[in-house]
Order: sequence, then structure tokens, then C-alpha cells
Amino acid sequence: MNDRIEKRIELKAPISRVWRALTDHREFGEWFRVKLDGPFVPGQVSSGHITYPGYEHVKWEAVVQKMEPERLFSFTWHPYSVDPKTDYSKEPSTLVEFKLEKTPTGTLLLLTESGFDKIPSDRRLEAFRRNDSGWTEQMKNIEGHVTQKP
Amino acid sequence: MSRKSRSGVTAKRPAPAPVFAALGDETRLSIVAKLSGGGPWSISQLTEGSKLTRQAITKHLRVLERVKIVRSVRAGRESLFAFDPEPIEGVKTYLELVSEQWDQTLSRLKSFVED
Repeated sequence: MNDRIEKRIELKAPISRVWRALTDHREFGEWFRVKLDGPFVPGQVSSGHITYPGYEHVKWEAVVQKMEPERLFSFTWHPYSVDPKTDYSKEPSTLVEFKLEKTPTGTLLLLTESGFDKIPSDRRLEAFRRNDSGWTEQMKNIEGHVTQKP
Repeated sequence: MSRKSRSGVTAKRPAPAPVFAALGDETRLSIVAKLSGGGPWSISQLTEGSKLTRQAITKHLRVLERVKIVRSVRAGRESLFAFDPEPIEGVKTYLELVSEQWDQTLSRLKSFVED
């Protein structure tokens, strides 16, 4: 079992175009559906609010980690912060990484969201695999969902 | 990004991070493995064959109890411990939703850059 979600998607657009869509805060906001207060700066908090209809009251907050031009854009955030009455700052955050690779037809985007807290490593999970219970099946299901490898 | 489904989940189930955290320990995983095979188990039974003391096992059981993976049932003077799959199902649902939302978000990005 892995502590991450992985996605890959082929985009028929040049890497420079994808990089701009990811890192220009206005462009990011358009497809991500968030209104950001200012540009992304590594090491700094990026704040704003969700523009998805019905969820405009939900704040968006992330800490920008890395911006390596046309290669890597990453931030950390609290993936569960939907309740305005709850303080999520003490909860573990996850790391979202967008990695870009040039392809003959455009750009390959690899997305990872990792660190849904300390999920057991593969080795530890052996204990469950040996166990003939319905729950073992459940763990396999979870594994299938979090390790959607290409 | 839509948080609709996520908020729907928060209303019904415990937040997943504490469940993940509770499971992120080898001893607790071995306890859960035993309990999930059927139960309930007493602390003595759980301590048998393990290098840990009753106190240590009890401490780990409390952590699992807090996130409701384990619940205790009274049997005379003894407490027995049983497994409850619900929180782990919650985690599974949660990860499914996060995964689906990324699919939606990335497809919006795709239309955005390919237009």
C-alpha cells in the first residue's frame, strides 16, 4: 500500500504552455476553480477561495514548495479543509507535485498527492495479506485506489 | 476544485488522517491483523507470543479505539477488544473521492491547455 495518489495525463500542448497553466496564478485559478490572492512564490503561502459554485465560502490555502521551470511545481496543503469551523493547521498536510515531461505530441503530466499520513509500508502490509479476512480484501481495494499506476 | 464530495464524507465519517496515523505503526498493524481475523480478543491473548507488555498493548489499543478501528466489550471483569471495519471503509471512500476529484481537475486542465 502506498500513501499516494498518482495520475498521468497526456496533454496536446507544448510544455511551456502547460507550465504557464500550472504556475500563473490566474491561469491556475481558471481550471482549478480557485480565485488566488497573488502569484505563487516558493516557500510562501498561497491563499484564495474556491470558485466552484456553492463552495465559494471555502478557503484555499497552500504552501508553495518548488517551482523548477517546465519540470516541477509542488505545494503542500490540507486536503480535507472544508469545514470553516475546524482548525486544520495541526493536521498533517499532503504534498501535491506536478511533474512535466516533453513528449513527441506535447506534454506528459504526472500528478502525485502523497503523505495521507503515515500509511503502512508494503512490508508492513504483509501482515494483512496473510490474514484471511474480509478486511484483507478491503486493504487490497484501498491499495488499488491509491496506487493507480499508469 | 470541487470539495463537494469531500464535505459529504466529513459529515458522516471520522477524518481519514487520524485513521491513517493510527495504522502507521507496526505493532498496531499486527494487533489489527489479529483482531480482523475474528474476535474479540482479551489483552492477555493479544500479549501472548508478543514481546510487549500488557501496558504497551493497552496503550496501542487505546489509540485504535480513539479512531474506532477497535472497540472494547466488557466480559465479566475483563475487557475484550473487537475490530470495526467502518473507519477503514471511510478511508477507502475518501481516497476514491480524492482520486476522482483529481481526474476531474486534470480533465479541466486538459481542455484549458488544448483549446
